[in-house]
Amino acid sequence: MTQPSLVPARSTLDNGIVVLAKRTRTTPAVTINIAINAGSICDPPDAPGAMYLLSKVIDRGTTTRSADDIAEALDIRGISLGVTVTRHLFSFICTCLADDFQDVMTLLGDIIRTPSLPDAQLGTRKGEVITMLRQDEDNPGVRATESLMELLYPRPHPYGRRSKGTVDVIENLTRDRLAALHAARFAPSVVTIVTAGDVDPGESLSAIERVFGDWKVPPPHSPPLFHLTPATSRRRVDIPMMNKAQADLAYGYTTMRRNDPDYYACWLMNHAFGQYSMSGRLGDSIRERQGMAYYAYSTLDANIMEGPLLIRAGVSAANIDRAVASIDEEVHKLVADGLTQKELDDSRRFLIYAMPRALETNAGIANYLQTTEFFELGLDYDVRVPDLLRAVTLEQANAAAHKYLSVDRATIVIAGPYQR
Amino acid sequence: MLRRATLDNGLTVLVQEEHTAPLASVWCWYKVGSKDERPGLTGVSHWVEHMNFKGTTNIPRDQVKGIIEQFGGSWNGYTWIDQTTYLETATKDALDRMLFIEAERMANGLYHPDDCESERSVIISELHGGENDPDQFLDQEVVATAFKAHPYRHPTIGWQADLEAMTRDDLYGFYRQWYVPNNASLVIVGDVDTDEVLRRAEHHFGSIPAKLLSPRQTTVEPEQTGERRVTIRKPGTAAYLKVAYHVPSVHDPRFYPLLVLDAALTGAYGLNLWSSFRMPPPQRSTRLYRALVGKGLASAVSGSLMPTQLPFVYIISATATAGTPLSAVEAALLDELNAVARGGITPGELTKAKSQLNARLVFENDSVTNIAHQIGYFETIAGVDVFTNFRTRIAAVTLEEVADAARQMLTESNRTVGWFDPLPLDRGGNVEDAA
Repeated sequence: MTQPSLVPARSTLDNGIVVLAKRTRTTPAVTINIAINAGSICDPPDAPGAMYLLSKVIDRGTTTRSADDIAEALDIRGISLGVTVTRHLFSFICTCLADDFQDVMTLLGDIIRTPSLPDAQLGTRKGEVITMLRQDEDNPGVRATESLMELLYPRPHPYGRRSKGTVDVIENLTRDRLAALHAARFAPSVVTIVTAGDVDPGESLSAIERVFGDWKVPPPHSPPLFHLTPATSRRRVDIPMMNKAQADLAYGYTTMRRNDPDYYACWLMNHAFGQYSMSGRLGDSIRERQGMAYYAYSTLDANIMEGPLLIRAGVSAANIDRAVASIDEEVHKLVADGLTQKELDDSRRFLIYAMPRALETNAGIANYLQTTEFFELGLDYDVRVPDLLRAVTLEQANAAAHKYLSVDRATIVIAGPYQR
Repeated sequence: MLRRATLDNGLTVLVQEEHTAPLASVWCWYKVGSKDERPGLTGVSHWVEHMNFKGTTNIPRDQVKGIIEQFGGSWNGYTWIDQTTYLETATKDALDRMLFIEAERMANGLYHPDDCESERSVIISELHGGENDPDQFLDQEVVATAFKAHPYRHPTIGWQADLEAMTRDDLYGFYRQWYVPNNASLVIVGDVDTDEVLRRAEHHFGSIPAKLLSPRQTTVEPEQTGERRVTIRKPGTAAYLKVAYHVPSVHDPRFYPLLVLDAALTGAYGLNLWSSFRMPPPQRSTRLYRALVGKGLASAVSGSLMPTQLPFVYIISATATAGTPLSAVEAALLDELNAVARGGITPGELTKAKSQLNARLVFENDSVTNIAHQIGYFETIAGVDVFTNFRTRIAAVTLEEVADAARQMLTESNRTVGWFDPLPLDRGGNVEDAA
């Protein structure tokens, strides 16, 4: 099979903005994905959730447009603008008709460069965020995962903080504080703009130059990176939520950075363990053979700092202990006996041959290019990745399991109608 | 161009070539869903869907995994009120394998008793996972209240007592009753040659015999004659409101003005169940967003008007902001609905709604998987022409039609109101002692 080759046009504006543009003609539409290195890691130590709240209010007014103006400009074009915050990135993502590209880029430039953060809008958005926090408190999946992350990444590590913050912090954040945060963290040197769709790369670059070319702000200070001390013993926390119908189980480890040479071995190991087909070995055991859960899977989130490998399952209270024991057994077997060559080859083949699906839509392409740029993987990464996966040996994949997983060092959180 | 063929056994085959990526998507649709279940067997169609991933005569249970994955493919299925469907999307060289899988699924499901039993607890786990979400729980209760007689009233996943009692014979009987070629449509979209696809479809499906279909349930929901209300008082941390109105099916010309009305009220969500999960609607300038979210009464509002084979319900949902009583959210929402029932929408709103719906048509048909879904979905519930003529039908909607639709639908006697009014919780998820 011939692998796809994206070959995007990559440029850097004089002010440091990186532009990646890929022309496609699947639909008369274009996805714009703008990422700023200003994720929740940039929250002030005393204000976790500040970047998240900023994401909720940043597109509700600029120095030249009211919230209503922006709403009309988006709605008339059928655009839903997504403003999201992850650990490292503050992103603006939307898909518009190609005919609207110039106008939408102008609008995004206004929002990103000159938000007015009106007090009235801030008050309303605070109410929304506080409601979301209250909803999270009643969500076993969120409670289990957030508690697990707090245990894996103790303070002051930012990966352990709730990205939405807390009710107290949100209530007390002021417009001036958010404006200062925006001024300190939004700068062209930390911006990557990807366009994927039916727009010529030259037209894309000139539009971005027109909108962002005269943006001159000094580079922000890099947020500090934190050293991590992996768990040395097994830990378990139960969060009783007796009003719920079933429990969520989160079981995990800290692993590696994305640029770790072990990454591809660990990726394949995790895929065979908790992703392949109906969620790999975990799904085979917990769902298919034992019928204990609707879902059981694992995820690997290697990042700028050492990311987690999380195992998740939703199980009835009566099956919690069985489910934990089953996960322990699968972890133990993986560490002790390793994967089989067939399992490794199956996962490898799947990941290589799944690339055309991942790169079929404009949104998929844009997301892929942002990821490759963020982790500095190179413009030809889509062409190289099959060989990177083919180079992984069974010994390397099994060594990754041995290095990062251990029943004795597992951190486990159960949230749901369960009390020991 | 979409090409249609019908095999001698009644199987409809729809093929559309799309040469934008080296992929093919195969969907097999059955005209059976939870509306075809009788009391005592609620949830059977969804459980049958699960069982149809458990091996066939020629695909042993332990070899299901890997057939599509070796081509980098994904596979899945879903069941709803009118339909059950299965899909595979993979590199185009997997086409023959995908057709083989679907033919096997149609004719040769195993239904081993051990697998049926194991899947019972998986499905009850799925049900409980849904009940963990108060919004989803309320939705189920509102639909069950809005319908008195029609089987649209019960949730697709079924009632737990039925799931606990159902037998392997119930499942297998339902499977054999409805999984026949003359009750199915096969849709293939992608980097394929139409003639070759039709030859391969004949090869894989041609020998599967047709069967006389059982009579469908014919219950007609009586007209609602007064407002209905349901209030859930369970422990929780947020309050939810839902307001439902009976609406016409997608066959009814009044469905299109209602789509425009929904876009003006809550934003155009589009018509693709498969892709609409990915992208919320553009809605900040809509009437209900401004009245509820804009004024801080709700943290979210949405509308759900789905194309269905028979008259279903239009549901408006809102999450009250912390500290806001549901009565205030309901009052503000009904004020807006009463206003639009009295005065219709403005020319500007009509233009915007049509623009949104047309943009969504582009956005939600951006992959072979999404295109194939839309062809199969509409073929199953109404005929594929409804899909292909959608843009024309929307363009023809007038202000008067929207006003008429609003006036007819948004009446008190056609309304069901649901509240999830949470009881306060202590830290352990127990109800706080009111004393």
